[in-house]
Amino acid sequence: MAEEVHGAEGGSSLSFHPMDQFIVQPLFGDGPVNAFTITNVTFWMALTVACIAALLILGTRGRALIPSRIQSIAELAYGFVYKMVEDVAGKDGLKYFPYIMTLFMFIVMANFLGLLPMAFTTTSHIAVTAVLALAVFLAVTIIGFVKNGAAFLGLFWVSSAPLALRPILAVIELISYFVRPLSHSIRLAGNLMAGHAVIKVFATFAAVAAIAPLSILAVVAIYGLEVLVAFIQAYVFTILTCVYLKDALHPSH
Amino acid sequence: MATETLVGEGALETGSHAAEAAPGLPQLDVSTFANQIFWLVVTLVVIYFVLSRVALPRIASVLAERQGTITNDIAAAEELKSKAAAAEAAYDKALADARTEAGRIAAEAKAEMQDDVDAAIVKADAEIAARTSEGEARIAEIREGAAEAVHEVARDTARAVVAALGVDVDDASVDAAVANNVKG
Repeated sequence: MAEEVHGAEGGSSLSFHPMDQFIVQPLFGDGPVNAFTITNVTFWMALTVACIAALLILGTRGRALIPSRIQSIAELAYGFVYKMVEDVAGKDGLKYFPYIMTLFMFIVMANFLGLLPMAFTTTSHIAVTAVLALAVFLAVTIIGFVKNGAAFLGLFWVSSAPLALRPILAVIELISYFVRPLSHSIRLAGNLMAGHAVIKVFATFAAVAAIAPLSILAVVAIYGLEVLVAFIQAYVFTILTCVYLKDALHPSH
Repeated sequence: MATETLVGEGALETGSHAAEAAPGLPQLDVSTFANQIFWLVVTLVVIYFVLSRVALPRIASVLAERQGTITNDIAAAEELKSKAAAAEAAYDKALADARTEAGRIAAEAKAEMQDDVDAAIVKADAEIAARTSEGEARIAEIREGAAEAVHEVARDTARAVVAALGVDVDDASVDAAVANNVKG
C-alpha cells in the first residue's frame, strides 16, 4: 500500500487520491481485468452509446419540421460536424463524415459524462485516445496512398521551398507526420486527466473547514473550465482529424 | 493516525486493483489496455452503425425536408407577391380607365349641352329678329297712320279756314294744296 498520504492537519489527515477515479476495475466482483471483462470502462462506454442514441435517435424520432429542443441539439451537432468536414476537408471529405461524426459524438459525450460526479472518464485514458488517434492516423495514411498513390509523398516534399531546404523540410515533415497520433491522443487524454485530477485535489481540500469555501469555489470554477475543455477537446480532436483527412485527400502544399 | 487512514482507505478499495494501480498512473497500467481497447472498439462500431444506419440519414432527411419546405414557402411567397403586384396594376389600370371614361362622358355631355345652348341662342336670336321686324313694321304703320292723321287734320283745318274766309274752292284743290304744303 504505497498510497500517498500527506501529513495530518489539525488532527484530521488529508489523503489525496486524485488518480483513483481513473482506475479500471471489474464492475461485478473482483478478479483480473482481461480483454472481455465487464468493467467500469464497459459501463461508461455503454452509457455513452446510450446517450448518443437517445440524443440522435430518440431526440429526432418526431422528425419535426420545427424541431423540439433535443432535436435541435441533434441537428446542431450534425450541422456542426458536417460543416466542419466540408469546410476543412472539402466536399470530397464528406464521404467520411459518418466516421468523423462517430469520433466526435463519442469523444464529446464521453467527456461530458465524465463530468458527472463519481463518473469514470473513458477519454482520460491514453489507451482509448491512442486507439482513436491511431485509427485516424492509419485511416488517413491509407486513404492518402489509395487516393493519390505515390503522389501522397508530395505531402513531405515542400515544393514551394528552395531546393536546398527541401530535404531538411522533408525530414521535419516526416517527423511531424509521425508525431501526429502521439500529440493527437495525448492532448485529449492529458487535458481530461489533468482537469479531473485537479478537481479531485481541490475537493479533497474541502475536508478542511478553514479552506473549505475557497476549495469549493475552486472546484466550481474548475468544473466550469472543464465543461469548456470537454467540448473544446472534442472539437480539437475532430478538426485535427479533418485537417489530416484534407492532407490525405489533397497532399499538395 | 496515518496508518489507520491507510488501512481504512485500503479497505474501501477493491483489493487487487488498489495494489495494481497504486504504483503509478492508472492510465499507464498496461494490464487494463486490452480491456479498454476491446470495449472501445465495440463502442465505436456500435456508435458507427447507430449513426450511419439510423441517426444521420434521419437528421439529413429532416434537414433536407426543412430546406425544401423553406424553399417552397419562399417561392410561394414570391408568387403571391407577384400576384398582388399584378392585382395592383390591374386596379390602377381600371382606375385610370374609369377616369378617362368619366372625362370622356363629361366632355360629351358638355358638348351636347353646348349644342343645345347654341340652338336655343339661334332660336332666340331668330325670334328676337322676328319681333324686332314686327315692331318696326308696326312702328312704321303707326307713323304712316300719324302722317295720314296729320294730313286729315290739315285738310280739315284748311277746309274750315277756307270756308271761314268765304272762298269757294272745291275740296280736291284744297286737299292738293294741303298735301303739297305738308310734304314740303
